[in-house]
Amino acid sequence: MHRDPPADVTIINFSEPQSLDPAIISAQPDMRIVSGMFEGLTRSDPKTGSAVPGLADHWDISADGRIYTFHLRTNLVWSTGEPLRAADVVYSWIRTLDPDTASDYAGQLFYVKNAEAFNAGKLKDASQVGVRALDPFTVQVELNHPTVFFLELCAMPMASVVPRQAIEKLGDNWIKAKPLPVSGPYQLAFWRVNDKVRLQKNPRYWDAANTQSKIIDLLPIVSASSALNLYERGQVDIVWDKELVPTELLDVLLKRPDFHTFNYLGTYFIRFNVTRKPFDDVRVRKALAMAIDKKRIVERITHGGEIPTSHFVPDGTAHYTSPEGLGYNPELARKLLAEAGFPGGKNFPRMEYMFNAAAGGGKIHEKIAIELQQMWRDNLGVDIELRQLEMQVYLSEQDALHYDISRSSWIGDYNDANTFLAMFVTNDGNNRTGWSNSHYDDLVQQANETTDAARREKLFQDAETILVRDEVPILPLFFYSGINYFDTNKIQGIYNNVVDLHPLQCIRKVRNSKPEIRNSEQ
Amino acid sequence: MSEETIDTLKPGVADQDGSPNAPVSSATQSGSSPAQRAWRRFKKNHPALLSAWYLALLLIVIVAWPVALKIIPATGPHGSAWAKAYAPEELSDAQFQSPSPQHWFGTDEHGRDVLSRVLYGAQISLLVGFVGASVSLVIGVLWGSIAGLAGGRTDSVMMRIVDVLYSLPSIIFVVVLITTLGQKLKQMPFVRHSPGIEHELRLMILFVGLGAISWLTMARIVRGQVLSLRTRQFVDASRTLGASPVRILFRHIIPNVFGVVIVYLTLTVPSIVLYESFLSFLGLGVQPPMASWGSLISEGVDQINPIRVYWWMIVFPGGVLVSTLLALNFLGDGLRDAWDVKGS
Amino acid sequence: MYFLRRLAYMIPLLLVISAITFWLVHLAPGNPFATERAPASPQIEHNLRAKYHADEPIWKQYVRYMGGLLHGDFGPSMKYRDHSVTDIIHQALPVSMLLGWLAFGFAMGVGLPVGFATAVRRGQWHDYLGSFLALLAVCIPGFVIAPLLVLGFAMKWKLLPVALWASPLHAVLPTIALGLYFAGKVARLFREGMLNTMQMEFVTAARAKGLGENTLLLRHAVRLAVLPVVSYAGPMLADLLTGSFVIEIIFQIPGLGVFFINSSLNNDYMLTVGLALLYAVLLIVLNLAVDFAYMILDPRVKYE
Repeated sequence: MHRDPPADVTIINFSEPQSLDPAIISAQPDMRIVSGMFEGLTRSDPKTGSAVPGLADHWDISADGRIYTFHLRTNLVWSTGEPLRAADVVYSWIRTLDPDTASDYAGQLFYVKNAEAFNAGKLKDASQVGVRALDPFTVQVELNHPTVFFLELCAMPMASVVPRQAIEKLGDNWIKAKPLPVSGPYQLAFWRVNDKVRLQKNPRYWDAANTQSKIIDLLPIVSASSALNLYERGQVDIVWDKELVPTELLDVLLKRPDFHTFNYLGTYFIRFNVTRKPFDDVRVRKALAMAIDKKRIVERITHGGEIPTSHFVPDGTAHYTSPEGLGYNPELARKLLAEAGFPGGKNFPRMEYMFNAAAGGGKIHEKIAIELQQMWRDNLGVDIELRQLEMQVYLSEQDALHYDISRSSWIGDYNDANTFLAMFVTNDGNNRTGWSNSHYDDLVQQANETTDAARREKLFQDAETILVRDEVPILPLFFYSGINYFDTNKIQGIYNNVVDLHPLQCIRKVRNSKPEIRNSEQ
Repeated sequence: MSEETIDTLKPGVADQDGSPNAPVSSATQSGSSPAQRAWRRFKKNHPALLSAWYLALLLIVIVAWPVALKIIPATGPHGSAWAKAYAPEELSDAQFQSPSPQHWFGTDEHGRDVLSRVLYGAQISLLVGFVGASVSLVIGVLWGSIAGLAGGRTDSVMMRIVDVLYSLPSIIFVVVLITTLGQKLKQMPFVRHSPGIEHELRLMILFVGLGAISWLTMARIVRGQVLSLRTRQFVDASRTLGASPVRILFRHIIPNVFGVVIVYLTLTVPSIVLYESFLSFLGLGVQPPMASWGSLISEGVDQINPIRVYWWMIVFPGGVLVSTLLALNFLGDGLRDAWDVKGS
Repeated sequence: MYFLRRLAYMIPLLLVISAITFWLVHLAPGNPFATERAPASPQIEHNLRAKYHADEPIWKQYVRYMGGLLHGDFGPSMKYRDHSVTDIIHQALPVSMLLGWLAFGFAMGVGLPVGFATAVRRGQWHDYLGSFLALLAVCIPGFVIAPLLVLGFAMKWKLLPVALWASPLHAVLPTIALGLYFAGKVARLFREGMLNTMQMEFVTAARAKGLGENTLLLRHAVRLAVLPVVSYAGPMLADLLTGSFVIEIIFQIPGLGVFFINSSLNNDYMLTVGLALLYAVLLIVLNLAVDFAYMILDPRVKYE
């Protein structure tokens, strides 16, 4: 048992971090912690989530939008005192792209020239990659084509600056370095497995004057009821992860001022395995899509103010308005199914809807699955079986296309339509449907190569139309609602934005304030 | 990992060294047969008797209810509508209704009737329990008897194997079994042809898995029993008369072991049912939308919160589970007390 | 002598267990490296697998693993990439052990007296009440009892903390929640043992000799009556000390129980095998202790 001195702010962060190495993490809870420890050329604005100067205090962009020249601040030091220079930035990016690092998010740096070839092992010379240090305070990046969201990518963990001095000394165990050099607002006080991560203010951070809290604790709790209980008793200050919300109680809880929902760039959708009969027939897919009343699911099951949707890219995505997809139309659905050879659902082969279970965690996927099953049965006469799998099995089955229909979700990495549409390009690792449409691929590629914002939007809209209206390899259900809870009188510095990014250094607890009155205590 | 193992039987009464405390049904007294005397003793045990009645009633209801739901629609549209309202997997708009004359146990989040789900869940849970216990019974009795009778090298090897398996944390084995067989199942040809079978087969895997981890203690106990039995005269007599080991096994050993074994069976079933509920908590139990008591309870546990409690979601499934397990235990205790000839 | 031989026999046993577990975890479907976001190229996963030697034939991986074991290296965790299996055990085992011993103490401290009282007052209301409560404790699943305790003591009456593991007060509810089931079992076993012993011949003989009832019970009967409990204590402690998944998840206790379950579900081969070996070692050592206790308590038992 450890009796630690109290933290300034205690946050329930959902799962135990798989790692704190910025290059290899891929889960959101891990990213929230890592962003507090390691910073990149840019960082996230707490109110909007968009990129603002971080380690670089200004930059120039060439006329064709392909060359970025970042000017680092001149006073940067690691938390351990060594100077932080442009060479460290280049080192970090190359490390992320290095195939031996096995970074899951390296793909987000593929907009950089030669990055993809280097990562695939085809290019061995790292100096050919389009990121170089022109001088100790200048980093120049050359992109393949103009990339609107590139600055936001620079704020993500895989582009943050990691300590070469520790990595060269300790290799894979560099996180255990004591002290661990960090480039961000917080250093790692300690990390107790499955217990807590404690962060402590880094006084050598360039913006340390504005770091609001000295000590922040992040707890790895996966049970929504435990999280709620801890919060109600005042043992924690903030609970922020959409998985930690007890959905059955939301209709009561959302009436309280300390529960907040906000628009969020995340979509809950269904994948069809188009390589398997009968899902190779677009009419079957459309029929199943039009037989689902998404409003019903959102009202009866999720309760979080989620937005039922027919398109895939969430509302509120910057520079973009989505086209409409297929709505709820059981009549038309039945007609299509009959045309495809299964009138009234007769002879429809036995198919399974696959979803993942969470040991001790929430059952939301199961509940949605049950509703979907009923709707397909009532509206189409089609009997879809349910198949619940453990997470790793679910992921590998999905990856290997060993499924019929699968529950899915996608959270945007940055505020742009590309993060949602690029994944369905042919053979993209995140496609996982077996669907391929060369016209779609072209549209997405052209959209990424143009600088004309209006044309870009149009290209994406055409692509999305193919995705959600014409070919329907996926069935979007609803957009996630960001949900978190904390007492706004006590906790300041958290602004709810669509990318759900809340920089740790802005969060502070106001002492001696009156807590909000919650209905349950009256 | 505590509740995650099945502790089925209490060691010590007839433990691995074949201690002389092992209760053995003896036929030494003249007069009424041991069975009759046992029955009389049993009848005097009120909790056990009550439990037997309760279980019998439960069994009847559990069997009759699905049958009713199938037959009644045949009486016309009124009947159909009635059956639909009470079908355990039929969703409706009546979410989270508290208990009422229409729904004695209320409804759940999907508008399904909780009473119906509890009854259907009972089928699964009791089936899992009994079949699992039977699997453990068969393996355990055979293994223990053979080891005990054979003696020497064979006995040693067989019990060493039991030792090794005993030291494995059972959860690993269960997870591997359920996930592996679950997958292999899909690929089997006959599953593709008759799809309905897959549910049954998945359940079977559950039984086999649960049975397979509880046979160890049974084997040890049976071996202990056999060791003490084989020194008794009637076994020697048989052997002198030239009876083969198999014959000895089936005609003498097993019937004598039978009493103890039946008792422990009724005490193993609760253990297995509880373990199934733990697996449901992990997401490894029966697949939705099927229900078992375990899955109903792990759904209902979310209702134990300080904000709003839909109490019927946990109280009814939990209450039925606990009363049935209590009844099984009382029954088992009663049977054991009745069979135990060592006096009152 | 006997005990040394049993200890020596532990080595081949552990070898067999490690081999079986190793084989079993590789049998299970699922890929420990699969993530929600696919890595940018198949090359990445290929490199990752190469790093962990995951594509080598199983026997080769096993040999490599055993080699590491000889150096005290249980291998890396494939899921928690910054920690080795040793790290995890080093941090989480003491926590599980502390809670385990506390629950053991509770189980004995409550179970033994209840078992004694119900046996001695057989047929009276003490017996009915005590036996019923003991049975009840054994029939309610842990993941129902724990939230009920939390709801009552921590939320409604605000007497105790809701969760986490930061002070002795934090240990109260988890101990009770964990220990109740075992207290029930111990009570029932001890009652059974007492009833059996009280009927035995040497007891009737001692009674005939005129020994006072209390001395009689405490000195003679109890020693033998407690044997079934002692037998059960071995496996019970092994389970308690390695942690309970349900209690640890509900009370957010950083013990080993969560890792036991999750490592299997996550296909984290190294962690699973390491934990299986740990459990086996504990069980063997505890069973030896049980046999030793048997030898002391029951003069009839002799080991050759």
